[in-house]
Amino acid sequence: MVALFPLKSVIIIIIIIMATVEDVLESVTQSQASKYKTIEVQKDIEPQLDLGNLLTVDQNPLDLKKLRGDKEAYLKSQARDNTQLLFNAIWKLPTERVEEAICVKLPETTTVLPREKPIPKAKLQTKWEQYALLKGIQKRKKGRMVWDEEAKDWRPRWGYKRANDETKDWVIEVPGNADPNEDQFEKRMKAKKERVAKNELQRLRNIARGTKSKVPGVGLTPTEKPSKEEVGLALHLAKKSTASLGKFTEKLPKEKEAKHVGKKRKFEPAIGDFKKEKEQQLNIINVMENKKPKMDITKAVNRVMTEVDQEASSDDRRKRAGKVKNRRGPPRKKGSGGFGKKGSGGFGKKGKAGKGKGAKGMGGKGKGMGGKGKGKGKGR
Amino acid sequence: MATVMQRIVKPKTQAAKRALDVRSPKLEENDKVAMFIKGGHTSETITQVLKELYLLKKPNAITFKRKNIMRPFDDQSSIEFFSQKNDSSLFLFGSHSKKRPNNLVLGRLYDHHVLDMVELGVVHFRSMQDFPTEKIAMGTKPCLVFEGEAFEQDHEHRRLKSLLIDFFRGVKANNVRLQGLEHVLQFTAIDGKVMVMSYKVLLKKSGSRTPRVELTEIGPALDLEVRRTRLASDDLYKKACKKPKKGKPRKVKNVKTDVFGAKMGRVHMERQDFSKLQTRKMKGLKRQAPSNKENAKKAKTESSEPTAEES
Repeated sequence: MVALFPLKSVIIIIIIIMATVEDVLESVTQSQASKYKTIEVQKDIEPQLDLGNLLTVDQNPLDLKKLRGDKEAYLKSQARDNTQLLFNAIWKLPTERVEEAICVKLPETTTVLPREKPIPKAKLQTKWEQYALLKGIQKRKKGRMVWDEEAKDWRPRWGYKRANDETKDWVIEVPGNADPNEDQFEKRMKAKKERVAKNELQRLRNIARGTKSKVPGVGLTPTEKPSKEEVGLALHLAKKSTASLGKFTEKLPKEKEAKHVGKKRKFEPAIGDFKKEKEQQLNIINVMENKKPKMDITKAVNRVMTEVDQEASSDDRRKRAGKVKNRRGPPRKKGSGGFGKKGSGGFGKKGKAGKGKGAKGMGGKGKGMGGKGKGKGKGR
Repeated sequence: MATVMQRIVKPKTQAAKRALDVRSPKLEENDKVAMFIKGGHTSETITQVLKELYLLKKPNAITFKRKNIMRPFDDQSSIEFFSQKNDSSLFLFGSHSKKRPNNLVLGRLYDHHVLDMVELGVVHFRSMQDFPTEKIAMGTKPCLVFEGEAFEQDHEHRRLKSLLIDFFRGVKANNVRLQGLEHVLQFTAIDGKVMVMSYKVLLKKSGSRTPRVELTEIGPALDLEVRRTRLASDDLYKKACKKPKKGKPRKVKNVKTDVFGAKMGRVHMERQDFSKLQTRKMKGLKRQAPSNKENAKKAKTESSEPTAEES
C-alpha cells in the first residue's frame, strides 16, 4: 500500500501535465489562426473544380442586391472565394521540386473541349503489306551501307553516291544480240525512270484504294518481253487512240479482235420480238422456282487455297515465335522450302487476276502509262 | 510520328515535309492558336480590347496588322482561309458599326471549319492602363472562375462557357509552379450579359500550408452582351469532342528515377583510348623517344652505323 501511493500520484500528475500541454497547444494554434484570416469558404452548392484547367464553376445564384450595390467589391469577393477553393484543392496535390521551384502535378482535365483537328486515321496497308501478311512474309532489316567492290568502300544502298550504281558506268558492253546502234546508256536510264514511274503509280493506287475512290488501272506498263496478250492489248489501244475513237482505223484482212479488252453493252430494242420476250420472262421464273445454289468451282477452289495458305503462314509464324532463341543456329530448310513453293503458286494466280483487272480499267478510262493509249474510252 | 497522313502530292524538300508534319492532325494536340482580326472599321474601344486580350493570350496568338473587311456571320470563308493559312483554330474578330456598336465575334474552328461563333457587344470597358497596379508575367496560365446560373442552364451560355474556357485556358501544363499561379479570370453571367474581370493573386500567410488568397484587380474589365450566335449542331459538336484511344506511352530509355526521386541517366560511351589520354606532363614520365641530342651523341660514339632499332 505504501508503495502504491506515490505511483498513483505520479500518474495523476502526468495526466494533469498532458492536459495542460494540450491546452497550451490548442491555445497557441487558436491564437495563430485568429492572427491570420481563414482559408475556409462556405458555399451552399459545392462549386465544380477542374484542376487540369485550373477551372472553378460556381452554380450558386448571385446576390442581386449586392450586385446592384457595390458591383466590383461583390464580384471581387466572389472571385476570391472561388479562387481560394481552387487553391485549397491544388495545395493538397503532391508537390515536387524542379530546379528550386515547388511544382504541382495537375491531374487530367475533366472538361470536354472540342479538338482542333480530327483524330488521325491509322495508316492503311498497301497491297504488298496485305499480301505479305497473308503469306506470312516478314520484313528483314537491311543495313544502310553496302560494300562497293569497285570503289573499295562502304556506300549507301540507295540515293546519292550509292553503291554499285549501274547508271554511273562509263563503259558498257553491248550484248551480242543487241542492235549495235542502240544507246545502252540511254536504255538503262530509261529503264530506271520507268521503274520509278511505276512505283509512283503503285503508290497512288494504294492511296486511292485506301480512300475508297476509284482505283485507276495500271494499264500497260512497259515490260521487257510483252506477252501475246499484252501486245494484243497495246495494239487495240493504239487503234482506239484517235479522235474518233478508232472508228475509221483500218483493219487488216483476217484480223482478230484482241481478247479481254472489254465489250460494249448492247440492248434489245424496246419493241420487237414478242415471242423472244415471253421466253425470257418465263426463263427468269423458271430459274427462280428451282432455286438451287450454283457451284462456282473456280471461286470455291480459290477460297480453299487462300485458307490453306493462311493456315500455313500462321503455323509458320507460331513456329518462328517459339524458336526465337536459336536464331543464330543453322538455317532451317523445312520452313523456307515449303513456304516458297506455296507462295509462288499463289502469287502467280493472283498476279494474273490483277492484270486482267488492269486491262479492263484501261479500256474504260484509256489513259495509258507508256503514253500509248491516250484516247478517251466510252463511259464506263 | 506515329501516323502521317497519306499525301497524294509528296513534299519536295525535307523542310516542306516537316512543315506539313507540324500541321497534320495529331493524337495529342498542340495548344490552340488564336487570331485577332480587325474588321473594316473599328472604334478605339474595340482596338484597345483586341490589343489587351491579345496580350493575355500572347504566346499562342497572332494579331493581324491590316484591316480585313468581312462579316463572319454572313460569310465564313475568309475566316476559314485565315485559319488554314495560320494553322490556328480560335479567332476574335472586332468591328464597329452603327447597327452593332463595339462588336466582338468570338469563335473556334474544327478541321478549319467554323464550329461555334458568338457575337458579343462591348457595353463597358476599362483598360489595363486604368488600373495602376503591377501586372502579371506574360504567358501565365490563368485560373478561370465561372459564376452565374445561366452558364449551367442556358444552352447558348453553356457553349459560350466552353468557348471561353477553350480560348483563355492558356498552355496545357502538367507541372505548374505554385508561385506561378498569379492570374484569375472571372466570368459572371447575369441578365444576358457576361462580365469579364481579371485579377492578380496575392498569397498571404494563413497559419497552415495552404495560403490565404487575396486579389487585386488589374484589368481589362469588360461588360459584354450576347448578340447573335452560330453554334455547331450537337452531332458535329459531339464528333469534334471525340477522344482518341490512348496507345501505350513510349518507353523512355536510359533514364531512371531512384528511390530518392533523383533522375539518373545512362550514357553509352565508346571505349576510351588510353594511349591518347592527356595526363599531367612530367619530365620523368616522358617517353623515351630518341631525341636529337641523344642521336647526336650516339652518332658521335658509334660514328659509323646507326642501328635498325633506333630508326
